[in-house]
Amino acid sequence: MKRAALVVLLVVLACVPAIAGGDYFINVASQVLIAALFALSLNLLVGYAGLTSLGHAGYLGLAGYLSGWLALNMQWGHVGSGIAALAITTVIAALFGLVALRATGLSFLMITLAFGQILWGIAYRWASVTGGDNGLSGLTRPAPFGLDLGRADVFYYFTLAVFLIVWAVMALWVRSPFGASICGTRDQPRRMSALGYNVWLIRWITFIVSGFFGAVAGLMYVYYHQFISPHSLSLANSAEMLLMVIAGGPGTLVGPVVGAALVVLLKNVASAYIDRWIMLLGFVFIFIVMFVPGGLVPGFRRAMQRLRKRSSGPAPSAAVIAQPARPLKEAQ
Amino acid sequence: MNAVLQIAGLTKAFGGLKVTRAVDLSVTRGERHLLIGPNGAGKTTLFNLIAGDLRADAGSVTLLGKDVTRLSTHQRAQHGLARTYQILTLFNRDTLLHNVMLALLGKSRLRWKHWGMFSGEAALKRRALQVLESVGLAQKGELPLEQTSYGEKRRLEIAMALAQAPDVLLLDEPLAGLSSEERDTILGLLQSIPRSVTIVMIEHDMEVALAFADSVTLLHYGEVITAGTRQQVVDDPRTKEIYLGH
Repeated sequence: MKRAALVVLLVVLACVPAIAGGDYFINVASQVLIAALFALSLNLLVGYAGLTSLGHAGYLGLAGYLSGWLALNMQWGHVGSGIAALAITTVIAALFGLVALRATGLSFLMITLAFGQILWGIAYRWASVTGGDNGLSGLTRPAPFGLDLGRADVFYYFTLAVFLIVWAVMALWVRSPFGASICGTRDQPRRMSALGYNVWLIRWITFIVSGFFGAVAGLMYVYYHQFISPHSLSLANSAEMLLMVIAGGPGTLVGPVVGAALVVLLKNVASAYIDRWIMLLGFVFIFIVMFVPGGLVPGFRRAMQRLRKRSSGPAPSAAVIAQPARPLKEAQ
Repeated sequence: MNAVLQIAGLTKAFGGLKVTRAVDLSVTRGERHLLIGPNGAGKTTLFNLIAGDLRADAGSVTLLGKDVTRLSTHQRAQHGLARTYQILTLFNRDTLLHNVMLALLGKSRLRWKHWGMFSGEAALKRRALQVLESVGLAQKGELPLEQTSYGEKRRLEIAMALAQAPDVLLLDEPLAGLSSEERDTILGLLQSIPRSVTIVMIEHDMEVALAFADSVTLLHYGEVITAGTRQQVVDDPRTKEIYLGH
């Protein structure tokens, strides 16, 4: 059932350029995938490690600026600038983690917010290097194996490949023994240390990996736009990504993707019809928080379970007996 | 000199409030040691100091002959210490089996493994089922925690600590909030723990606790009032005055 759904989804994703009807919609699909990449990276921290960050766009922007700057000023090729951008961003994430992880909860949130703002400030103010408000333009897309990524459909497939690889790696990682210990530190940090886990180190590693994947999203972002500006690492961008994760379902592998699709589609489709599409986005978030707490994906799963239970007949089935009290009450 | 847990002059203050005052305690291998004292006597604080959740202001904790005073909680756990909590501290989103497997993973090198399904770790799973079996929860292994009773969770709380095969086990009110029937189950469980495990227990149910303990320490306002064998402490008039009532 689950496998069948996955196959169907993959087929649909593969067919997007054929059914989208025009470059515009193919590009929207690429944007969804890039936003999903970024939301997934943030989800490692927010959903699995239970550490809510408001500075995550910093990694996206940092990787984008680094690769752009190296290409423009050092004439580095895409391989070199890409690897350097990933490596430097990951190291910076490791350093940020050293400071931010002295705290958890609200304090952690504030420290990550401060880091994000520092990076934004540098991008905005250090105009001789970053181009200030104008950002860095005139960037190019790479051409792996001679592919012309300038074409919307080819770029879409390139993005899809990166997305699927990252998604699969994350899926394996969060289900591994180490992944189980990440979730453990989210749910019962105290018990985890009493059980012999180095909670701090587990969080730090997760923080770094999350930063690395944020940088991957940043590279895709800069390849897509061929331009990078301070907006990419702004607080607004961080907050939007966080909302994607929260709306879709933190701590799930599908939730952030759904959240990213929701936001990007609303942004691109709704803005064509309504000027105040941000307000619409706000209403959608309020609706989700009030009526589907925990996010769309977990909410959908709950609804499906309830439906299955109801369709199994009026007599209490084995499934209902196995789940006493609360679900029964809800069914009535 | 065969003390597996030795505490000397342990002191801790929260601001001006001295919650632990120069506490000495020595527990030998296999001993069942009971900590008693009125509410606020500093029993759980002492546990937190031993486990490493709190840092002592002065004094030392020696575990299996090694000074662990400066070690963190997880390092002490790796050195053979395990504990349970007065307030259930379990992984509520997961199954009983997952809970015990996490406890086993904590002591295993596999905890650094970044690939492969955790739920598919056969050796951990087999061992976890044995542990669940030993506390009578084997059939419930696949149930999520929210579908188990409070008494079962209490048993799981102990099972998680036992799964780690500790040298020293700290039990913080293992009988708290249980019916008399469930108390008997837990007591049976505690009595089945091999003597290779040294136990320090906080418990208010005197009947059960005294039946279990070899030796007793009475704490009051963070201070050791009296310590000794079960009989010595029970006979001490101060015990009656401070704790057992008139």
